[in-house]
Amino acid sequence: MTDALIRNDDRLRGSSIIAAIKSAGIDIVLSAPDIFTSQGLLFPIAKDKELRLIRVCKEDEAVGITAGLYFCGRRAISLVQSTGLLDSLNAMRAMGLEYRQPICMLVGLLGKEPDLAPKDSKKVGVSIIEPVLDAMGITHHLLETEADVPMIKPAIDAAYAKPEPLVLLIGRRPNAS
Amino acid sequence: MMKRDECFEILARHVTPDDIVVAIYSSAFDWITIRQSPLNYIFTGAMGLGASHALGLAIGRPDRRVIVLDGDGSLLMNLGCLVTVASVAPPNLYHFVSVNGTYEANGGHPIPGKGVVDFKGFAVSAGYPNCFAFSDLRQFEKDIASVLGLTGPVFAALTVEQGKPSVLDYEIMHGAKTREDFQAALNAK
Repeated sequence: MTDALIRNDDRLRGSSIIAAIKSAGIDIVLSAPDIFTSQGLLFPIAKDKELRLIRVCKEDEAVGITAGLYFCGRRAISLVQSTGLLDSLNAMRAMGLEYRQPICMLVGLLGKEPDLAPKDSKKVGVSIIEPVLDAMGITHHLLETEADVPMIKPAIDAAYAKPEPLVLLIGRRPNAS
Repeated sequence: MMKRDECFEILARHVTPDDIVVAIYSSAFDWITIRQSPLNYIFTGAMGLGASHALGLAIGRPDRRVIVLDGDGSLLMNLGCLVTVASVAPPNLYHFVSVNGTYEANGGHPIPGKGVVDFKGFAVSAGYPNCFAFSDLRQFEKDIASVLGLTGPVFAALTVEQGKPSVLDYEIMHGAKTREDFQAALNAK
């Protein structure tokens, strides 16, 4: 589906994603900025009085911080770019997989073509993401339209219930509204 | 030169039963022989993330002191954490770094910049409000109570060498029981 074929009311909205993560009990967001989600998510999150934003210098810091918070009964999510996810894989391996902790991430797929599935992208940095997550056994879902938003809360709840890591891939730039 | 285990023995006298201690690899093996407590958080998984775990704990449990026993090699893998910690400025976080100039857990190879790198200088530049460097055991013993009495985040570089060899029990470090015991102890209070 091309952007032109997505009705305006079905475009992914940052406000919907933010409402969904709050409904899942998230009150802390950890982020290194990503131009793909900057306007639609990070700026609104920075202004949101119900969310605490912690800006990290490098994305794997967020994995450690999330782990510490988890032991204290707090739910957090990271907002990073796909490059930041790749940079965090060793920390995800350790905390998410070996220690079975619910490390949750919102990951912007910068460069993903609107009419292609991530695995079919011409951009290596996009096409490898799902195969890498599959190889690691990390649960992931793709968010592209408003119709995908209702999966967010149950996915986060499931990650904490099992517990296991979760990656929510953002395939289109979310609107700021 | 201070011995790391001797420093930790002095430090342990000032650590309360409610304090959380995040200890990294070689420091962790020394520490758990000195202070036996389920509130020893020794499962940081990936090198370099000790202070990041501690930051999460410090935010999540502002009622407790969180003491980090980091290593110089570990910290070099994640220097940005100093900036992140200083920016968040948790008043209950105390960050000690054992500076022995080696990747002790990885064969004893020297760290880049051994003998040149100024770890206290890193922390000062990152914005930690209280930074110290100790290389004399008597001075450390004299000052440690006041260091731990300051409002965090506090940073202290400890120039040390390895003391008595500790048992390297990776099952204790990585096993699920250690994490379960930590969780239970944290929930209990």
